Amino acid sequence: MSVLEATSVTKRFGGLTAVKDVSLVVNEGEVVGLIGPNGAGKTTFFNCLTGMETPTAGSVLYKGSQLPGRPDLITKAGVARTFQNIRLFNNMTALENVMVGRHTRTKAGVLAAVGRGPRYHREERESEEKARELLTFVGLGRVGDELAKSLPYGDQRRLEIARALATEPGLLLLDEPTAGMNPNETAAARDLVRAVQGKGIAVVLIEHDMRFVFGLCDRVAVLVQGEKLLEGSPAEVQSDERVIAAYLGKPTEDTAGES
Amino acid sequence: MTAAGSSYRRAVGSQARVVALAGAVLLVVGSVLPWARFSGFPGKMTLAGPGGARIGPLLLALVAALLLRQVPGSARAVRAASTFAFLITGLTVFFIGYSGGGADYVNAGAWVALAGALVYLLGGLGLDPSRPASSPPRSLPDAPWALPAEWLLTAGSTAVALYVFVHGLGIQSANVGRPNDVVIRGAISINALTNDGEFLAFLLLLIGLALVATRLGLLADLSAITKKHPTVFLAAGMIAATAFPFTQNGNGYALRIAASIGVFAAAAVGLNIVVGLAGLLDLGYIAFFGVGAYVAALVSGSVTSTIHTHIPFVFVIFLGAAVAGLFGILLGAPTLRLRGDYLAIVTLGFGEIFRITANNLDGNSGPSLTNGPNGVSNIPDLTIGSFSFGDNHHFLGVDLPFQANYYWLEIVVLVVVMTAFLRLSESRIGRAWVAIREDELAAAATGINTTRLKLLAFALGATLAGAAGTVDAHVVKVATPDSFTFLESALLLAAVILGGMGTVPGALVGATILYLIPEKLRFLQDLRLLVFGVVLVLIMRFRPEGLIPSSRRKREFHDDSGGADALSMPPGHGEHMA
Repeated sequence: MSVLEATSVTKRFGGLTAVKDVSLVVNEGEVVGLIGPNGAGKTTFFNCLTGMETPTAGSVLYKGSQLPGRPDLITKAGVARTFQNIRLFNNMTALENVMVGRHTRTKAGVLAAVGRGPRYHREERESEEKARELLTFVGLGRVGDELAKSLPYGDQRRLEIARALATEPGLLLLDEPTAGMNPNETAAARDLVRAVQGKGIAVVLIEHDMRFVFGLCDRVAVLVQGEKLLEGSPAEVQSDERVIAAYLGKPTEDTAGES
Repeated sequence: MTAAGSSYRRAVGSQARVVALAGAVLLVVGSVLPWARFSGFPGKMTLAGPGGARIGPLLLALVAALLLRQVPGSARAVRAASTFAFLITGLTVFFIGYSGGGADYVNAGAWVALAGALVYLLGGLGLDPSRPASSPPRSLPDAPWALPAEWLLTAGSTAVALYVFVHGLGIQSANVGRPNDVVIRGAISINALTNDGEFLAFLLLLIGLALVATRLGLLADLSAITKKHPTVFLAAGMIAATAFPFTQNGNGYALRIAASIGVFAAAAVGLNIVVGLAGLLDLGYIAFFGVGAYVAALVSGSVTSTIHTHIPFVFVIFLGAAVAGLFGILLGAPTLRLRGDYLAIVTLGFGEIFRITANNLDGNSGPSLTNGPNGVSNIPDLTIGSFSFGDNHHFLGVDLPFQANYYWLEIVVLVVVMTAFLRLSESRIGRAWVAIREDELAAAATGINTTRLKLLAFALGATLAGAAGTVDAHVVKVATPDSFTFLESALLLAAVILGGMGTVPGALVGATILYLIPEKLRFLQDLRLLVFGVVLVLIMRFRPEGLIPSSRRKREFHDDSGGADALSMPPGHGEHMA
């Protein structure tokens, strides 16, 4: 069964068509890569999937049902994301950041918070346990009490993923998860995405690091100027002449060093 | 640090310590000699005389002893001590000369002290001003007596706070607290000046000592210890607050001020939810407070009320809160889609609309409801059951004027509001509010219904303000439109920011200072607001995170490692983002 089924998604900003008639299907447990030059509309496509932008046309189905139009409802339905330029809650601790992710899966309201009955305490304890588990899962088990903004760059990316995972998604959208990382951090990020996949969560990722994309993804889609140029296995995409011309460059150039 | 400052320090060099110590010794000598030549000052301003003015320089001079043993931060502590010792001495000498009628009335002791303070200051300014490396708070050694000692320190800190408050309140401005003096002696009474001078000196002493303690790291140590024993701290705080009327020996004026401070603080804590947690700038907050006050006034059974009904106060407090909360929802629902500045403008407008509407619902220019500018007056004393709040009591040998009843009622309201704030801020809802304040878009992407939670914060803040307003109407016995001007909203906001956003002690301290200082500076008359403004600017300049900031905000303003993420941001991040 398909987790995500985006059909003919189009987004126009006035005269500019940022995303034009893009369709994408993601199956359960898949990792799909989305590549393309800067300005190709990859992030805008993500924004259309997560309710940050309303698509001008097209439909997005998540596990067979129409996604609602608001970011928080989409997250509640099971689609979580990270951001290209990291957007953490900087002055909250790492643990609190992940606990915020539990918001949609918990219920305590104002009265429960002020009254603090046994159910409130149980829920709060569970939230904290799950958040700590997730921090350990992404490799940040020791920095739970540090402020998000004081974490190193690579850890901030991991923390964003932990926060997204705390919403218990069925589909995780990662916007350039390795941007700005050194080779060691990139390798760790690859392992992390594999581990997320191992949890049965489908992943779509935007990435410019071609070695990362082709080594990790089950399928790769190429976006150029808002349109989907091609979709296929990493081998197919890597060898396609149009992709090489539009994006990868001639084989004589260094294809792996893009940032 | 300015270039002039650093070249001065180079010139003074290693002599600064010697100079400061010499000045301090001279100041100590001066401060035990008599200062005034006439009896207008109680005891001719010897040490037995007014507290802050004389004890202050002495205490601050003794701080110089730190220079004999190099403790971390001692140089900066002495710098602060010398500055404030000079300010207090100079101010006191000026007040003695001014109220005596010339420099002849200033006794030798004062001149010795002034000279000593000047030398002390010159030495102090020559000391190294650099901030020592921050270290974790110290704690008591691991011994059997450590736990009781920590309890004692925790409880003692609240006792000291109570003493400071009682003492500061006790120095009465003659224009307010002793009307007889003013009538008998004419426009300028010597007592007025000595009292006001004494209050200023006391205030400066307080700031000076607080600075010294902060720079030596003592305050950080103390707050770490009190945080270890929150129950002891709360219990001691409650006892201190409850015991306050017993320290006043029947002084109803002081109790009324204290009750008003409590109401103001409750409103400030409520506003702290809106501004401090959810990050929504509300400039018309006093209007919700006013709604509560008018509701309480109208159904109080007052003869001037246009609704001739009387509802028991136990219900009124909830009614006022509910009506104010309803207004909060009505205003918030359409406007909370706006961000930052826009929301501020709309709430500012709402505050004015409320005041002007209340002014016009007098039966002539609008329906008859609020009596217009006259407001609803003669609000009768509260009765809960058979207990009347208008009765004086005599308990344990102390006179308790009726104001004490209102004071205790307000303490109860304040505790409820504080509990609500503390529990909310450490809950799922509170985390969601902080997340919205930090990054609204990311919060929405993390599954938070931002519109709904912002509305919740706004309505809850309005509800708490409404509850505080119902109490206020009974404390001041009248509800008029003039009490709910923009200035009041601004003062509440200033209390929150000045005290420290997002913390309860911050809002309490901020509310106390902002209520007390204008009250105590009445002798300055029209200059009052100017001085007040200068004080606010100075605090924001030197302590932008507020007096008692949350650990979060403290790090926000003083975190030197904050540049790490900016440095490691990769290039080429220009792609469009929503």
